[in-house]
Amino acid sequence: MKTLRTSPLALTVIAAVIALVFSVIITSVVLSISGFNPPSVFQAMIDFGLEPDSVVNTLNRSSTYYLAAIAVAIGFRMNLFNIGVDGQYRLGAMLAAAVGGAFALPPVIHQVVIILVAMAVGGMWAGIAGLLKVTRGVSEVISTIMLNFIATGIVAFLLHEDRLATQVAGSNNIGTEPIASSGRVPGIPYPGAGLEIYGLVLLAVAVGVGFHVMINRTRFGFDLRATGLSSSAAVAGGVDARRMVVAAMLISGMAAGLIGMPQLLGSSYSYGLDFPGGLGFIGIGIALLGRNNPVGIAFAALLWAFLDQSSQILEFNEIPKEIVAITQAAVLLSVVVVYEIVRRLGLRWQQQAVAAELAAGSAKRSKEVAA
Amino acid sequence: MSTTERPKVAEPAFELHGITKRFPGVVANHDIDLRVTVGTVHAVVGENGAGKSTLMKILYGMLRPDEGTIRVGGERVAFGSPADAIARGIGMVHQHFMLADNLTVLENVVLGAEKLHGIGGKARRRIEELAKKYGLQVEPGRLVEDLGVGDRQRVEILKVLYRGARILILDEPTAVLVPQEVEELFENLRELKREGLTVIFISHKLDEVLSVADEISVIRRGTTVSKCLDPGEVTARELAQLMVGSELPVPELRESTVTDRPALKLTSLTVRDESGRAVVDDVSLTIHHGEILGIAGVEGNGQAELVEAVMGMRSPDSGSIVLDGQDIGAWPTRRRRESGIGFIPEDRHRHGLLLESSLWENRILGHQTERPNAKGFWIDRSGARADTRRIVDEYDVRTPGIDVSAASLSGGNQQKLIVGREMSGKPKLLIASHPTRGVDVGAQAAIWDHLRRARAEGLAVLLISADLDELIGMSDSLRVILRGRLVAEADPAAVTPEQLGSAMTGASSEGER
Repeated sequence: MKTLRTSPLALTVIAAVIALVFSVIITSVVLSISGFNPPSVFQAMIDFGLEPDSVVNTLNRSSTYYLAAIAVAIGFRMNLFNIGVDGQYRLGAMLAAAVGGAFALPPVIHQVVIILVAMAVGGMWAGIAGLLKVTRGVSEVISTIMLNFIATGIVAFLLHEDRLATQVAGSNNIGTEPIASSGRVPGIPYPGAGLEIYGLVLLAVAVGVGFHVMINRTRFGFDLRATGLSSSAAVAGGVDARRMVVAAMLISGMAAGLIGMPQLLGSSYSYGLDFPGGLGFIGIGIALLGRNNPVGIAFAALLWAFLDQSSQILEFNEIPKEIVAITQAAVLLSVVVVYEIVRRLGLRWQQQAVAAELAAGSAKRSKEVAA
Repeated sequence: MSTTERPKVAEPAFELHGITKRFPGVVANHDIDLRVTVGTVHAVVGENGAGKSTLMKILYGMLRPDEGTIRVGGERVAFGSPADAIARGIGMVHQHFMLADNLTVLENVVLGAEKLHGIGGKARRRIEELAKKYGLQVEPGRLVEDLGVGDRQRVEILKVLYRGARILILDEPTAVLVPQEVEELFENLRELKREGLTVIFISHKLDEVLSVADEISVIRRGTTVSKCLDPGEVTARELAQLMVGSELPVPELRESTVTDRPALKLTSLTVRDESGRAVVDDVSLTIHHGEILGIAGVEGNGQAELVEAVMGMRSPDSGSIVLDGQDIGAWPTRRRRESGIGFIPEDRHRHGLLLESSLWENRILGHQTERPNAKGFWIDRSGARADTRRIVDEYDVRTPGIDVSAASLSGGNQQKLIVGREMSGKPKLLIASHPTRGVDVGAQAAIWDHLRRARAEGLAVLLISADLDELIGMSDSLRVILRGRLVAEADPAAVTPEQLGSAMTGASSEGER
């Protein structure tokens, strides 16, 4: 009986480990060809990556990655490809920063308002793609990519000194009006580190728990998963496919709106040109790696952030840090292949186990009859 | 007509010996022996899931046997792919046609075999020659989409002959045909036989087997239980019992439980497809509580669209749908299901199951808002799990547990799970499309029992089936659908399958009463 319950999580872990080993091999080959000694390079990366400041940076970075991947995963669970997480995140973060900087509200209310604005903007931006899909039949892949460009344009237009931006003191960077201290989220100290962990790392954890509960415990989540597994069966089962598309895009966009919050409320306090771009695309990779599972995504986000962080040591050793991009790409490519193999094997094992179990059962029955 | 029938002692076209195939989830082949004589029609019969299709896949190179030998024309062979099999003259005519609708007959036949005679005049002449020789009349220039089912099947047979097959495997060739087309097919098969070709005819329709086969082999649970029976010496009933290994259930209703309270009333229901053609055309019918109304028709005559319209999966263009006096025509699918419509879909993999999800999650599908699956906003896991265990017990779903995926069950057990689910919560109306398709005899009898019991308690059933015996036996009243219209009404107590078949093709109006 135990073999029948090969849990998806265990399979995910096995698959991810295989993919990781595979990518380490590929990276080693590339390093060797380039004339470096792979073990010493990995040792240097691990040593640097485990330094306290690196740990804090990894955690902070992984919180944004995590939120980005959850935003993508909500769509993926329904076979919706929200490629526009990046635009939803940047538009949401910028408008939330502008609103947060424009007023000083009492603490707690201030932060909540900023976060709600970010969610509303992100949700609305993704919702456009959802509406276009159900009313006009526009593929969400196309529309969200286009909306990314429009978001980039809007952000560039608004982030101008005549509009929402001001010159940042002491630099020629421009950004939104800084958020007053009532709207900031204090960091969590980490022993031995000069930096602090973003307070909103906890928001990422809460979003992960919320995602898990929504997907697995609510009727809405069941409808969402059912639509993703077989849209024809879901429709026959009474799921309103159009409503689900719009709802899933809205929720995905709302999660996307949160991506910028840990950094905005934890360290930068204003949205400037230095806000990272491309997070939505990293999120797609991490969601794939984490198999759209909240726990899997957490590990994937940590791995990704750790690789990003530890790669910074490479330049000191005159190794191009792009080598890590090769590692990340190799992980992703191999994980997609390995997951598919593992999924098929899992189904097969289960079918065999069920057949064997039933054969054993009927043999027992016929023996009883004979006896 | 160069040769007459060859003597039966002639050399075997092929021999299978000790074929064993282990395969996850389905009945494996176990120690199968089969010997087929050249120039005969050899029928392989067995229940659904007995392993006939696996055996045939082995014979034409789709699967490799784990053990056993295959000899063709006395020579031992091993097939790595269907291409190896066709090189040895073995060709397969599939149950589901594999034709490109938007191409002509000629194009379909030469597709993938362009090297043989090119794609032009030479190929056309070859096709015409084959068609003439074997009495398979089709015009090479016609588009396949304009052809009827019988013609399409002839194109499939031509495709195989064109590639040089001397041994033809026909997998359930009559499943999609009405009785008149079946007779034409048999005429074609006799012609092929006369020309010295060998035909393997896979079926579970015993009357047909007895009328066309020269020899019959029976497969039960993956192994051959009888070899080379003479059709003159066995009866359909004996064959059936060999197939099943026990007594057969009969579809029948005992006393009428029909009430005068209408459950479902359709008035002038019309559904149009994208091109504006009426696929369900002005259909009016009433099903009372305690009544099973059967719809007979060749597949693709609007049954699927009619069901989808009643379920709210497709919006009708005009007409009304009234359930227990309430117009539900504008309701979404979920509200219709909540108000007491159960649905056994025609294609359980597309519309009835989440194959990769567990059984208890499949118990929830379609009933997400109802107890015991949900409490308000939340899914009630323990409620759904407990009720899944009840269904597994009551409907005899053979499974080691409720946490296995639906895909790991056999088709019959999947169907029992669906029937159990849809009968839960006392529905008022059950839409049953092919409720016993692909299930074994035991499960078929159980499903009929459940239908009869629910009918006695006042359930109204819209029954759609391709199995005419089931339709006639299980219906209180019968309608015939042809090109989306209800063209005839029949009394199940008096009508024969042949009359029903005629009415289904529109060949005559004998079915009308």
